[in-house]
Amino acid sequence: MKVNFEHMQAAHCENGVTSNLLRTIGIRNMTEPLVFGIGSGLFYIYIPFMKINNGPAIAFRTQPGLIFKRTCKSLGIPVVRKKFSSKSEAEKFLTACLEAGQPVGCQVGVYYLSYFPKEYRFHFNAHNLIVYGHEDNRYLVSDPVMETVTSLSDYELERVRFAKGALAPRGQLYYPLEKKEITDDQVRRAIITGIKRNVRDMLHIPGSFVGVSGIAYTGRKIKKWRDKLGLPKAGLYLAQLVRMQEEIGTGGGGFRYIYGAFLQQAHAFLPKDELPVIAQTFTRAGDLWRTAAVQAAGIYKGRLGSQADFNQMGDYLLEISAIEREAFSALSKIKWTS
Amino acid sequence: MNKDEIPQHDGALNKLTREMLYAVDPSGKYVTDLSSGWEVKSTALDVAWKDIGERISLAKQQVGQGQASPLLFFMELRLMDTGILSAYTGFWQWQVKRHLKPAVFEKLSAKKLQRYAEVFNITVQQLKTMEVNEGEL
Repeated sequence: MKVNFEHMQAAHCENGVTSNLLRTIGIRNMTEPLVFGIGSGLFYIYIPFMKINNGPAIAFRTQPGLIFKRTCKSLGIPVVRKKFSSKSEAEKFLTACLEAGQPVGCQVGVYYLSYFPKEYRFHFNAHNLIVYGHEDNRYLVSDPVMETVTSLSDYELERVRFAKGALAPRGQLYYPLEKKEITDDQVRRAIITGIKRNVRDMLHIPGSFVGVSGIAYTGRKIKKWRDKLGLPKAGLYLAQLVRMQEEIGTGGGGFRYIYGAFLQQAHAFLPKDELPVIAQTFTRAGDLWRTAAVQAAGIYKGRLGSQADFNQMGDYLLEISAIEREAFSALSKIKWTS
Repeated sequence: MNKDEIPQHDGALNKLTREMLYAVDPSGKYVTDLSSGWEVKSTALDVAWKDIGERISLAKQQVGQGQASPLLFFMELRLMDTGILSAYTGFWQWQVKRHLKPAVFEKLSAKKLQRYAEVFNITVQQLKTMEVNEGEL
């Protein structure tokens, strides 16, 4: 069986799954940037004393699952989300959905995701894809980060749906429940809510590890990495930062470009003169993130390595922090009602 | 980033797909385009894998010197830590940590060894001798 489904590639998996699933219920104007912005996807956190793959725990985006949840909630679309303790129940439910013509979003782990190249298969459990059919004993899979659709055997899909460890998916699946018309006015309100929530997340969460202060905090830390960790380990840490920032799914520049695109598209719904200007500020932030990545690469490739090089690296992040503070402050000052 | 600056280098992902990036066109409008990779981040990935390789050989050495059981080697080979290994095997994390000691590992029942072997996708014999093709995932 095969459900009527149109695959569209996205930069980020959860944006893409959300946008593609919404299209299945007739909502065709929820592009990846709109989904990302309405879901307040932009974020920054550096969790000290925690390690991921033996490197620093850094994230450039909000917690997995929230983009789908917030976008649907803002647009008034009811959703189904289920986790399973039994593998056979999980498969039964999925089959029933497909038989009813419903494509389904699944959270999966990438370590056993057979179509990914080996180099990308870490124990990361917050990848998202859509299952849209079952033919010749294989599930038809739309992985939004890929150019084309693919497929997985029954066993392969079960294995990734029941990957273990941090953020274990536990067979989790989700989809929007019913066809619904949404009005431009709803989209406008959703955009405003999304922007306000993102301002809160980046500017007003207390503590120094989160949002724009978290970026500055990381910058100050990096300046000490050379002495504290030694060059090889400091290089490894910087490589991890770059991977979180630029690896598949970010759209480049640690999601900052997608957010810029969001503000431009938001402008079509809400003609505020500030939006395209602030979009440019995010482009500047994204560009500087990429400049910083080039500096980091100089260090982990061994071309650079002096304390001055680490200071320069840290200063880039301090500058980015200031730029993003400026951008979010400007967003917080927009008068939406006039 | 301008659209014409989107890097088109080679990378491991290129075997599977090109990825979508956002960039601005000459009029300043955001557009998307595909990228085959960026040398800066493919080197970052190389650095991570080089570290994994070093951890695996260090583990092998520690097992050889009687400082750790072969579990450590397979844990590193499968990119796991005690938390992930505990989740996949169903053992408690404190049990996994005990099993990392050579003396405790020696006395493990065939049933427990089998559980580890299944998770690592190897035979019990391989688990004990560490004779595997490391290139295989």
